[in-house]
Amino acid sequence: MNAPDERPAIRARGLTRRFGTLVAVDALDLVVRRGEVYGFLGPNGSGKSTTIRMLCGLLLPSAGEIEVLGHRIPQEAEALKRSVGYMTQRFALYDDLTVGENLHFVASVHDLARAAAKVRVEALLRRYALAGMRNQLAGTLSGGQRQRLALAAAVLHEPALLFLDEPTSAVDPQSRREFWDSLFELADAGTTLLVSTHYMDEAERCHRLAILDRGRLAADGNPRALMDGLPGQTFLVECAAPRAAQQALAGTPGVLATAQIGASLRVLAQDGAAEATALQRALAAAGIDARVVPTPPNLEDVFVAATQRPRHADGEAA
Amino acid sequence: MNAFSPRRLWAIVVKELRQLRRDRLTFAMIVGIPTMQLLLFGYAINLDVRHLDAAVLDQAHTRNARELVAELAQSQVFDFRYRLDSPAQIDALLREGRVSAALVIPRDFERRLADRDRAAVQMVVDGSDQVVQQAARQLAGLSVTTLLSPLHAAVPQGQVEIVNWYNPQRRAPLNTVPSLIGVILTMTMVLFTAMALVRERERGNLEFLIATPLSPLELTIGKVLPFVGIGLVQATLVLLLGIAIFGVPVRGSLVDLYVAALVFIVACLALGVFLSTLAKSQFQAMQLAFFTFLPQILLSGFMFPFGGMPRAAQWLAETFPLTHFIRLVRGIVLRAAGFADLWRELLALLAFAAVMLTLATLRFHKRLD
Repeated sequence: MNAPDERPAIRARGLTRRFGTLVAVDALDLVVRRGEVYGFLGPNGSGKSTTIRMLCGLLLPSAGEIEVLGHRIPQEAEALKRSVGYMTQRFALYDDLTVGENLHFVASVHDLARAAAKVRVEALLRRYALAGMRNQLAGTLSGGQRQRLALAAAVLHEPALLFLDEPTSAVDPQSRREFWDSLFELADAGTTLLVSTHYMDEAERCHRLAILDRGRLAADGNPRALMDGLPGQTFLVECAAPRAAQQALAGTPGVLATAQIGASLRVLAQDGAAEATALQRALAAAGIDARVVPTPPNLEDVFVAATQRPRHADGEAA
Repeated sequence: MNAFSPRRLWAIVVKELRQLRRDRLTFAMIVGIPTMQLLLFGYAINLDVRHLDAAVLDQAHTRNARELVAELAQSQVFDFRYRLDSPAQIDALLREGRVSAALVIPRDFERRLADRDRAAVQMVVDGSDQVVQQAARQLAGLSVTTLLSPLHAAVPQGQVEIVNWYNPQRRAPLNTVPSLIGVILTMTMVLFTAMALVRERERGNLEFLIATPLSPLELTIGKVLPFVGIGLVQATLVLLLGIAIFGVPVRGSLVDLYVAALVFIVACLALGVFLSTLAKSQFQAMQLAFFTFLPQILLSGFMFPFGGMPRAAQWLAETFPLTHFIRLVRGIVLRAAGFADLWRELLALLAFAAVMLTLATLRFHKRLD
């Protein structure tokens, strides 16, 4: 691994990418420290993949500056390629090659000598529980097995920085948990990881997190700090008819979002704009008898608040 | 930029061969296309024609005339089903397709037999039919005298004159097999390379590969190299089948032939690489390959005689690699010509390959946009 380096692994300023008139990534500022698991949280189309591709040097930014592992991107993208791994959103290995052939191919592409490649591939097959299927065609693997193979291929050359673009979108919960254990193991060994996801539980596990919304950075920081610092309040509304309550609260001032969770309704309200009593009154006016209790915010609340605020702010400014 | 790595190049070659081995359809096409094409085109040039329906118009009514008809009938090439009384009947029978040829023995047959410079008889053939033409041309090689000589040793020289209707341009049948090497290589080489390169993009492999130190040059050469070998195997297959089944003579140097084939393969692969930079999907690559394939087949001199085409079409055809390869291969195989005679064609192929590779390099970026 690299000698201890205090400079961040990734630093981007004003990163922008336009596709025609569409602004996919809009003036993004980003700092990822070495050795941390950094999450990109955002819905589809929020610019996660585009940002990752620009940081790897696969896509030219329309504007902005990027420095990754001390290399200026895109000018020095070739030099960077030896020290980064990239696990694409789509399975990028060959379905018609076996597990072993795929890994040996990747080893040769990274110019590993035959003996070294053999040792490394064997170690990876064992670590990612693929040894039993080394002669199986990659196309016949299950979703979880494919993800493990893709991860093994992405870390084969022991990169200092690993990009993972929605690595678990086609994987069952058990495999997801194991996959994340592997990621933390890599982080412990000193690898910096940048993971994009649209799962809240995965985002919550990251050391730090950026919430992307329509190409813009809506919020960033430690997940715990983001939840604690949520500029709003969350309530749990318990009543007989949560759907009716949801409709009743839809127009209430100060209510940012509502979501039904089983038999109860989760309400995100603007700070100081709507107290529990105000909500209760609004519900009573609609003829709904409900109990409203404050509840600690979760990451989804942070996400909803962060992605709704700009629109609201625009409304206030107007 | 990373230095060119033989290990990375070889990794691509090995991967490509492994994938090819598992891709049964492509594998079958590599062997199947040349074999099928050769047999299909081969039957059109089958020289062993027998029992063509024919008519005879005997205006001489002499013994020699009767003997001639009997001799020709014995050759089994023609079955004389109709005995005609007037030349007008020939036209009708040919047009209706009831006969492929008609033998005309003129009133002054005996006098013509005595005259060396004049044709003794006339064979009117359906020139729209390749096979008939060739059969008739074979007959033209024989002299009437030879046919009659066992009976009349004293009869002097006289010829069968061939009047070629509907298709005044005659094509040598053996032209087809050597040219077929070029046609098959054009079809498979351009298509396979364009599709193989686009496949990496379409299946999402490219996004992973361009994030590695692999260079576009290593990737392209590695993917194209196996096809050079495949192209040479195909050329050999067509040549061997052509020799074995159709008795094609290889009069020139085999080394020259393979050098020409190799240069032509490189030109085709270069075109395939260039097309792959234009296509977004394998389907588009296939369409583009066929778009370049058809005019080459039609204008290269394979289908129609080059000299008979309009000037503009000839100029266009000069830009096609197949045009030059057909000249090379016909020259080497049939006329025993060498590069001393044909260097211009070789140069044209090299120039084509250089232009295509330059265009492809200009278009290829190691990026996704």
